Amino acid sequence: LNENHFLSCLVEFSKTSPAAVQVNVRDALNQAMDEELERDEKVFLLGEEVAQYDGAYKVSRGLWKKYGDKRIIDTPITEMGFAGIAVGAAFAGLRPICEFMTWNFSMQAIDQVINSAAKTYYMSAGAQPVPIVFRGPNGSSAGVAAQHSQCFAAWYGHCPGLKVVSPWNSEDARGLLKAAIRDNNPVVFLENELMYGVPFDLSEEVMHKDFVLPIGKAKVERQGTHITLVSHSRCVGFCLDAAAVLAKEGVECEVVNLRTIRPLDVETIEASVMKTGHLVTVEGGWPQYGVGAEICARIMEGPAFNYLDAPAVRVTGVDIPMPYAKILEDHSVPQIKDIIFTVKKVLNM
Amino acid sequence: FSWTCLFYTTHFYHTLLNKPEMQNEMETSSSNLSAVLTREQGLQYYRTMQTMRRMELKADQLYKQKIIRGFCHLYDGQEACAMGIEAGINPTDHLITAYRAHGYTFTRGVCVREIMAELTGRRGGVAKGKGGSMHMYAKHFYGGNGIVGAQVPLGAGVALACQYQGNNQVCVALYGDGAANQGQIFESFNMAALWKLPCIFICENNKFGMGTSVERSSASTDYFKRGDYIPGIKVDGMDVLCVREAIKFAADYCRAGKGPIVMELETYRYHGHSMSDPGVSYRSREEIQEVRSKSDPITMLKERMLSNNMASVEEIKEIDVDIRKVIEDAAQFAISDPEPPLDELCNHIFANDLPMEVRGTNPWVKLKSVS
Repeated sequence: LNENHFLSCLVEFSKTSPAAVQVNVRDALNQAMDEELERDEKVFLLGEEVAQYDGAYKVSRGLWKKYGDKRIIDTPITEMGFAGIAVGAAFAGLRPICEFMTWNFSMQAIDQVINSAAKTYYMSAGAQPVPIVFRGPNGSSAGVAAQHSQCFAAWYGHCPGLKVVSPWNSEDARGLLKAAIRDNNPVVFLENELMYGVPFDLSEEVMHKDFVLPIGKAKVERQGTHITLVSHSRCVGFCLDAAAVLAKEGVECEVVNLRTIRPLDVETIEASVMKTGHLVTVEGGWPQYGVGAEICARIMEGPAFNYLDAPAVRVTGVDIPMPYAKILEDHSVPQIKDIIFTVKKVLNM
Repeated sequence: FSWTCLFYTTHFYHTLLNKPEMQNEMETSSSNLSAVLTREQGLQYYRTMQTMRRMELKADQLYKQKIIRGFCHLYDGQEACAMGIEAGINPTDHLITAYRAHGYTFTRGVCVREIMAELTGRRGGVAKGKGGSMHMYAKHFYGGNGIVGAQVPLGAGVALACQYQGNNQVCVALYGDGAANQGQIFESFNMAALWKLPCIFICENNKFGMGTSVERSSASTDYFKRGDYIPGIKVDGMDVLCVREAIKFAADYCRAGKGPIVMELETYRYHGHSMSDPGVSYRSREEIQEVRSKSDPITMLKERMLSNNMASVEEIKEIDVDIRKVIEDAAQFAISDPEPPLDELCNHIFANDLPMEVRGTNPWVKLKSVS
């Protein structure tokens, strides 16, 4: 089955096909890895607790039992070392999936991700590809405090040579992880712990073992006419919730799910902004030099600027390290009411 | 002819050699091994090492003429390490090193022309001018790495791939005395030993990490012992045969599935750390001169071959003349080859992808990138 043909048929599937089964994001990731491990014996998974513990967040549940020590490898708590080992294995012909228990720990290994993985194909003028996936939960969770709550979308999204993917729902998780594993380039795969347990309906087509989503293509989750909301990961759900509330007041929001941070699908955003004339970006990460900042800059520089009826603005996490107490944490991340408030400000309501 | 090589080893080495009487010794012990050199091998090693030497000296010249720019870390003095390693492994084995990599790029199969043209940043360079001195690659040679120590986990990963694929190949992962204190190296030791990866970790100890002597950087300068639970061998890195024999032993050990080995090659660099370091503020000219006169790897090999009637003075001279031509030709190429074309600026971002657009320095400049 030709993959390009297949995915071009599937892009619009969800509107027309009946739901086949309910799958939560965790299981979608698990099934994606299972299928890709089965499909290609060069694929293997390494990381802390991925094997015998079934995964710190149970994302790799059952895989070690099925595939054994050779393909599912428990590592010591040595991120820089095992990330480097994973990249070296990719140099020499394997297709590693390197799990960071959370992306916060990737800072210990970030040199291997950027300098050893991302830049090598360019430095070698095409002689040395690096087919590796780095994956793990990113961004805020619940009550895990400052050192365990950072969003890395902007950091990794900054670097040429990397593809950076940020799925929202189960279909995203499944299709994008399969695509990432099949991609011959380094992919940073940013999951979200709070989404792991959330179920979504998946159609038969999505459950097909060759279902992949294109990396670098955003999806319009909800059509609208008055304002464009652009988001990624968990915040996409908040945008849809805000849109439902706003619809009762006669405001129709178009919600764009980025799916990929890098390469950024600016064309889909522009087309939407040229339709609605208003833009709000929504993200969990900090505002300064963030994903929303990049989107606003690109809109300024492109054809959509002339269609803006108001400045494009961002809804982001609060510019502080994440506090612990629940009331403080709740007020450190964008809530639905923040999105609604911002939409109304932009629309001058 | 044969000569004896003196190795210093950790006590583990003796249990490997089935010398149970040594097992209680916690101190290191020395071993003598014999090595055999044929005339053919001798001439080949001489030619290869002399080519490396002349290539590095030519690079020195070109750098001073500002035809080579940026970083340039020269390998002259250390030739026996690269040559001995290559002589002890197969072309299908793997090797990775740090930034003092021109010698290894050559022994791993890249011709002098392509190395020099990469140093001068031309399109005929091994990385099409996009990598430079520290980023040259070849089959089963993973550079050339600029970040100190990062290449060691990468090498362990290559070894993991060898084990995974069951191809009986080994990976040689090199690092310097300066890098030997890096945490990620110990992380690599741990995983390599745990999983019995076929990785030969080699510390090229040239006594200085940039301007810092080993005494000033390391609480323990016994780099061959740093592997702790991994057997270690210390070798005279100026003696190409000793290096070769040690590598052969290590490669056999790894291929047998016994796990990794740590090796220390005692060597010396004549140049400073890089071309921007004169190399005499932290060591004396007398010291450099003494190594040159007493321990030069190429001179030592030549004298042993001559004194054992394995080659004549004329033969050696002929080889030298030949090498001179090769280097001149390569330098000419490196100087005259054009720089890479501007329309290839953005290529090689992603592998196996459709062409894509890359933003230029301003919003109106849209550049093309192909795989």
